[in-house]
Amino acid sequence: MSTAQVGAKRLEPAAIAGVMSREVANFRTFWKATTFSSVLEPVIYLLAFGLGLGSTLVKNVDGLSYVEFVGTGMVATAVIFSSALPAMFGTFIKERFQRTYDAILAAPVDVEELVTAEALWIAIRAGFYGCFPLVVAMLFGLSPAWGMLTVPFFCFFTAFGFASFGIAVAASVPKIDSFNYVTTLIITPLFLVAGTFFPINQLPQGFQIAANFNPLYQLVELVRAASFGFEAVDSLRFAALIGFALVMWRLAVSRMTTRLVD
Amino acid sequence: MDAAIKLRGVVKAFGSITAVDGLDLEVPQGICLGLLGPNGAGKSTTMRLLTGQAIADSGELRVLEYELPREAKKARAEMGVVPQLDNLDVDVTVEDNLAVYARLYRVKDVRAAVDEALDLARLRDRRREAVDKLSGGMRRRLLLARGLVHNPRLVLLDEPTVGLDPQIRTEMWTLIGGLRSRGATILMSTHYIEEAERLADEVAVMHHGKIISRGRPADLIAEHAGRETAEVYGPPDRLAEVRAEAEAEGLPVRPAGPAIAIVGSEASTNGVIPEDAIRRAATLEDVFVLLTGEEAA
Repeated sequence: MSTAQVGAKRLEPAAIAGVMSREVANFRTFWKATTFSSVLEPVIYLLAFGLGLGSTLVKNVDGLSYVEFVGTGMVATAVIFSSALPAMFGTFIKERFQRTYDAILAAPVDVEELVTAEALWIAIRAGFYGCFPLVVAMLFGLSPAWGMLTVPFFCFFTAFGFASFGIAVAASVPKIDSFNYVTTLIITPLFLVAGTFFPINQLPQGFQIAANFNPLYQLVELVRAASFGFEAVDSLRFAALIGFALVMWRLAVSRMTTRLVD
Repeated sequence: MDAAIKLRGVVKAFGSITAVDGLDLEVPQGICLGLLGPNGAGKSTTMRLLTGQAIADSGELRVLEYELPREAKKARAEMGVVPQLDNLDVDVTVEDNLAVYARLYRVKDVRAAVDEALDLARLRDRRREAVDKLSGGMRRRLLLARGLVHNPRLVLLDEPTVGLDPQIRTEMWTLIGGLRSRGATILMSTHYIEEAERLADEVAVMHHGKIISRGRPADLIAEHAGRETAEVYGPPDRLAEVRAEAEAEGLPVRPAGPAIAIVGSEASTNGVIPEDAIRRAATLEDVFVLLTGEEAA
């Protein structure tokens, strides 16, 4: 059997594509369930918050109707829940319980390529599913805009960061139950104080400053900008997301190297 | 011709435990070497060192023509690994499991490689079924075929039949035998003596992280155990008595489950071997237990 030359280069596309092809093969067995919940979840949220809060308590937020406000904000919710959590659980299960990584790392793939491929795949998926809330919100009255075509890219970089974060967490915890600390202390606050359900500018100033360091808040602002008009500051927000993705990626590679190579 | 594997003075410690402790091991091309040792002897760590999944603290490692760990990735491309534990993707079809690994190993014609592996595993008619629909024996054959999908020059088999029922074990032995005849070099770790005796051209006995003896099974038996072993059954008091007499005569005695085995019994002349002893040909197991002091599986 002839095999292609394996170079000594880092991040070989063939290795990354190989690892991703494993993910795709597995995803084909459960894509219906993922798609189902990606469609239904924003519908439920929009019904609950949009009709509940929006029609009774809140009419207008920052000049937007509550459906416009939540519909765009929920993109961030969809992104974090389809990136950080699958990365945490998926990585831990593949490493510890299924021993998948033992088999992959016995092939000409190194840890850096493995981590990059896993994060890339999750980011592509989340980039796609992250747009579902926008589409659903359109059924509830959000007007389409050309700028929304940029949303998948914002979602992709944010999800790459959070997927890498999830991989780094999975590589650092002793057991799967430790994820409870991470979801309670990090993920839940990040997703609540992202300006999804209520605007940040009504919070005490300390929270407002802190929110700027929340990548999900930056994503929410970018999605609203994409829907209702960009400003100069948005390029800074985008740069911050790319920075977040890069830092988390390197962290994930280093944590996983410690975990997987004795 | 260069050796397929060449290890010199390899040390690997985990905290205070030195798993591999000055290991020297050379595996010539084209042979099947059985790496025999009790649990904890360092066999699995040795396997991980060879794939670069563990990095040695010191020593030299060469696999095929590559120097580890620097060129581990190149070495892995030409090496097949069959793990001890089944780590197939259970929801995915048989052929997709193979195709993924054909891609990971950079095989150019993925479809041809998958077909060939399906034939090897005798799973051509189950190719579109999910792995969790397969029987235990089929899964094992698939696991083996997955490690061979790129037709590697060197194959590492890590305890290939551990925990399998006898029928599946025999089936695996047939497949591994077939692999030998294709000319691949095989390094097989095992703690089943019978497995090593049947499949290995040479056996290396590993204990406390180093090789303590090495040779063809028949030579090792002749050297360490002689021709014949006498097994004596009976109550503990009697066994202790027989043991003391035999040892006084200079014959090595080892525990053998409920019995004791007097090794090299053909050399005894003055009747220390009881009448009711069962005399049998010496085996590799006698050698193993004498050398490692541990009963084999």
